[in-house]
Amino acid sequence: MSEIPHLLVHDHQDSVGVVVIEGLEANTDMLVCVTHDNSTFRLAAQESAPIGHKIALKDLNKGDTVFKYGEDIGIMTADVKKGHHLHTQNCKTKRW
Amino acid sequence: MSDLSKVTIQGYRRENGRVGVRNHVILLPVDDISNAACEAVANNVKGTMAIPHAYGRLQFGEDLDIHFRTIIGTGANPNVAAVVVIGIEPGWTKRIADGIRATGKPVAEFSIEQKGDFETIRAASWAAKDFVHHATEMQREECSISELWVSTKCGESDTTTGLGSCPTVGNMYDKLLPEGITGFFGETSEITGAEHICQKRAINEEVGERWYKMWNAYQNDVIFAHQTDDLSDSQPTKGNIEGGLTTIEEKALGNLEKIGRTSQFIDILEPAEAPQSGKGLYFMDSSSAAAECVTLMAAGGAVIHTFPTGQGNVVGNPIVPVIKITANPRTVRTMNEHVDLDVSGILRREQTIDQAGDELIEMIRRTANGRNTAAEALGHREFSMTKLYRSA
Repeated sequence: MSEIPHLLVHDHQDSVGVVVIEGLEANTDMLVCVTHDNSTFRLAAQESAPIGHKIALKDLNKGDTVFKYGEDIGIMTADVKKGHHLHTQNCKTKRW
Repeated sequence: MSDLSKVTIQGYRRENGRVGVRNHVILLPVDDISNAACEAVANNVKGTMAIPHAYGRLQFGEDLDIHFRTIIGTGANPNVAAVVVIGIEPGWTKRIADGIRATGKPVAEFSIEQKGDFETIRAASWAAKDFVHHATEMQREECSISELWVSTKCGESDTTTGLGSCPTVGNMYDKLLPEGITGFFGETSEITGAEHICQKRAINEEVGERWYKMWNAYQNDVIFAHQTDDLSDSQPTKGNIEGGLTTIEEKALGNLEKIGRTSQFIDILEPAEAPQSGKGLYFMDSSSAAAECVTLMAAGGAVIHTFPTGQGNVVGNPIVPVIKITANPRTVRTMNEHVDLDVSGILRREQTIDQAGDELIEMIRRTANGRNTAAEALGHREFSMTKLYRSA
């Protein structure tokens, strides 16, 4: 891959991708790579996010289950729009 | 990688047949109040190392069993050539010395009561000096890489560990376990969220059911019995959250990448228990705290530890080389003195997991042959006992 991806997604079912470059800024036209099969697509980052943090791949509503690795990783506690930062401010575990 | 069955390392063949990759002479305190004597002997006799710790008095029950297993297992580890054991009284001191002596390696024990520190240090220094002469004459010999016992536990995890460094360890296990190495993974609390997947990675249903029972008992007896409100501040940790991990499930799914795609575990170990079921991968019931977990696995007999990190955990161990692997380019940039293997190319899609796994195997080979790890060079010798409950 000649261009370095901005965002990596584990699985096609996932609702989120991981920022893998430092200093991602809002309005970046991100190259997104799905590691499962190395397929790619593009997505506009709507806000900045640190390396390692997650960006929503689609609009998610409060109460929705969040998928990563093709698995349930928690529940939305607030709405989030596609391209925005998804983390503890809008997502939590279902365990406790 | 070319034929792994032909890969060899230069190791120390111990009296019981096990292969070590280091040749330590250690001063092992039975209890906290014998630390000072051990440290004095280590100061007297160069080429020895004291391993001080916080406990060993008035423990009882399962907590005491873990204490004995940890101390005996540390002395018995093949990375240790010879051991001087010092305790306050002769009973438990002899019990530990005899436990280590079962491996056939040289052991001497000393107790402090009715002698005092001076006399104990004098006598123990003579024994330690003899052991240094003995150890320094030992030669490394060619051994198959399959004779290594390799453990893993990750720390300061973030989302890059699940993408890069943990799958690198998993790829190594997928390649080396079929060659006959013995492997360890654990971190009982950090499987929470991936327990349904972990259970299925047992070699058969019976082992899977025993594993689930162990995991569930931990949830009930430890987490739910002691939690105040929730575990949000502990699992994931503040460092994990800073690194982008949001929930324990997300952390657990990344964690479990360390056992690769095909590896199955053949049995479950108590904390610090040595494997008894032959070659293969074992799950050790263990804390997810880095130093505690590495200490327990070293006591179980692991001679090399592979440690994926995201945000940059700096842990080491007194007797086992801890190989740090990171895929996080910021950690490579800001904490490079702690990094043994940089696999950040995986994030840039310049490196495959398969290539990274081969690089880790090569780093294991070099470490086994004597290359000091970053943690060894920086003097990280964290030795932390797992304590189950208050002493009597």
